[in-house]
Amino acid sequence: MARLHVVTGKGGTGKTTVAAAMALALAEEGKRILLVEVEGRQGLAQLFDVPPLPYVERRIAQGPAGGEVFALAVDAEAALLEYLDMYYHLGRAGKALEKVGAIDFVTTIAPGLRDVLLTGKVYEATRRKAHGKLAYDAVVLDAPPTGRIGRFLNVNHEVAGLAKVGPIRNQADAIMGMLRSDVTQVHLVTLLEEMPVQETLDAVEQLEALDLRIGSIVVNMVRNSPLDDDALALAVKEKLPTAELTKGLRAAGITIGDDLVATLATEAHDHAIRIGLERENRDRIDALGKKVVELALQPEGIDHGALFDLAEELRR
Amino acid sequence: MNLDLDALIDDPETRIIVTCGAGGVGKTTTAAALGLRAAERGRKVVVLTIDPARRLAQSLGLTELDNTPRAVAEVNAKNGGRLDAMMLDMKRTFDDVVLQHATPEKAEQILANPFYQALSSSFAGTQEYMAMEKLGQLHKQAERTGDWDLIVVDTPPSRSALDFLDAPERLASLLEGRFLRLLLAPARGPFKLMSAGVNMAMSVLNKVLGAQVLTDVQTFVAAFDTLFGGFRQRAEKTVALLREPHTAFLVVAAPQNDALREASYFAERLRAEGMPLAGVVLNRVTTTQAPELSAERSLAAAEKLEEADKSPLTAAVLRLHADKMQQVVGDHKRAERFRRGHRSIRIVEVPALADDVHDLTGLRQIAELLTA
Repeated sequence: MARLHVVTGKGGTGKTTVAAAMALALAEEGKRILLVEVEGRQGLAQLFDVPPLPYVERRIAQGPAGGEVFALAVDAEAALLEYLDMYYHLGRAGKALEKVGAIDFVTTIAPGLRDVLLTGKVYEATRRKAHGKLAYDAVVLDAPPTGRIGRFLNVNHEVAGLAKVGPIRNQADAIMGMLRSDVTQVHLVTLLEEMPVQETLDAVEQLEALDLRIGSIVVNMVRNSPLDDDALALAVKEKLPTAELTKGLRAAGITIGDDLVATLATEAHDHAIRIGLERENRDRIDALGKKVVELALQPEGIDHGALFDLAEELRR
Repeated sequence: MNLDLDALIDDPETRIIVTCGAGGVGKTTTAAALGLRAAERGRKVVVLTIDPARRLAQSLGLTELDNTPRAVAEVNAKNGGRLDAMMLDMKRTFDDVVLQHATPEKAEQILANPFYQALSSSFAGTQEYMAMEKLGQLHKQAERTGDWDLIVVDTPPSRSALDFLDAPERLASLLEGRFLRLLLAPARGPFKLMSAGVNMAMSVLNKVLGAQVLTDVQTFVAAFDTLFGGFRQRAEKTVALLREPHTAFLVVAAPQNDALREASYFAERLRAEGMPLAGVVLNRVTTTQAPELSAERSLAAAEKLEEADKSPLTAAVLRLHADKMQQVVGDHKRAERFRRGHRSIRIVEVPALADDVHDLTGLRQIAELLTA
């Protein structure tokens, strides 16, 4: 069963929210889940309404089914020093690197190395053992957006191409091995709009070409239409029966100004056009043949309660 | 205060417009629509887009990344303007810089280096550098040839919108850094001149990266060294260009909390950097022609009809209106809060459209709304 869940999506689709809801959903009684962010945006702290997260794994919430969720904001520079210390026991030399600006170099001119460190930390947390068993039952990664996800997950393959031998090469191969195994699943969050769907389709193609596994497509912020299909078909053609609407509004006790019926019909028309576009986009997603999960729009915005509601939806 | 975008694009002193903001708020569409309107009002415009939606790209006649501005057909030129558009190809832009500024022999060496290839094509962050580089190039070309008198630039959908501003500074400061000098040192002089700390750092790198990787990096940096001066100079020039009064930044946002937070952050940052903020475009604001029918009344009426088993169609339409009114009220509240928090910033609100933009007519419609 997959233990590393990578959540990506175009900016604005709610991938951080979905990652958090997924971590809560996975937190069954007695389970420990780690929720990781790597973009340095402190999105998790904002979401859970806590102060900015340090580079420490700390308990952030209890899942609806009783398990525990821990959160970690990975900082590339701290991860590099930790890495050097862990594998090379370089206390002082690490400091020396920092002093000559090597750490700066790593995180600026070679941003790819940043991704190496971030994926390295996720790899370490996913397979870490404590007291003879896995430290976490699952790790959920709030990953970079779809535009960068292929590069991000494949960065260790690139490294393996650069470093032909040596410890870096071994580490890169090990990380790639885990990302390409059934331990790892990538989930793509989308809205039923043109660009996010196009990016999702492109990302699926790209990720599969890289031998990575797609877990599910999460269609977020789904709104159900109050209009049935017949009404939608009429509304699209601007043929809603205005006489019936006039009569209906009177029956409902609404005083009708001159333009109210026309305005409501126009609103229904615009709505029907949008629903039509959404259905086209949904068809394109269904054509992928992947598992599709729908999450309802939270009209009041995302707070603790909404997050739990989403987690319950994901559990089903 | 209201933002008058027609005044902005009609002012011949406006030479560069930069649209920035969070992803998914309509940055690129805003850039394209303003470019089109400016052209049809007589400006000679080039629009630099980064990663546009497919249909938007098609509406500008852009079918492939070719890194060269192309004339957009069907632009109304009766006022003497023109519109060119291009999509940024970051690898090609980088290669061009190398080819232009290095000797042919050195250029070949750089282009073939595995580190250069990784840096220029697959590593994040390069897009920001190259967007700035391209802006500098277009500006130079405009000054030299007079092809354009207005450049409209979209910014990359980066991790944070600030990367775009930081890229040149970061590059410039990095090039001054000791570490690069250090990597270059073995190619230049004896190791013994270095401090103990530097020696230790080098031995760590050798141990961690392996000798072959270090050699590749050193070759790359050595070959690249001659270019660095030029990079730094141009990066500084571009930043200076962005501070000039000829430049206008437009922060694009949508009336959602995240996007507004990002917009506030960006506005503050521009102010701190001394960069000219023209105003904020508040996109996709939900509007209605029937504000007198509130969400509550609409919903109550729908329920009344449903209970009485009368006209389910009317009930559904009323529910739809109730949803819409909730959004209208929410958007208005958030927009007002933003206005109150930023009294000195000019703002224009743009109503949400039902359909995506997929042709010039759609872009013209957006432009009308932007300047209404």
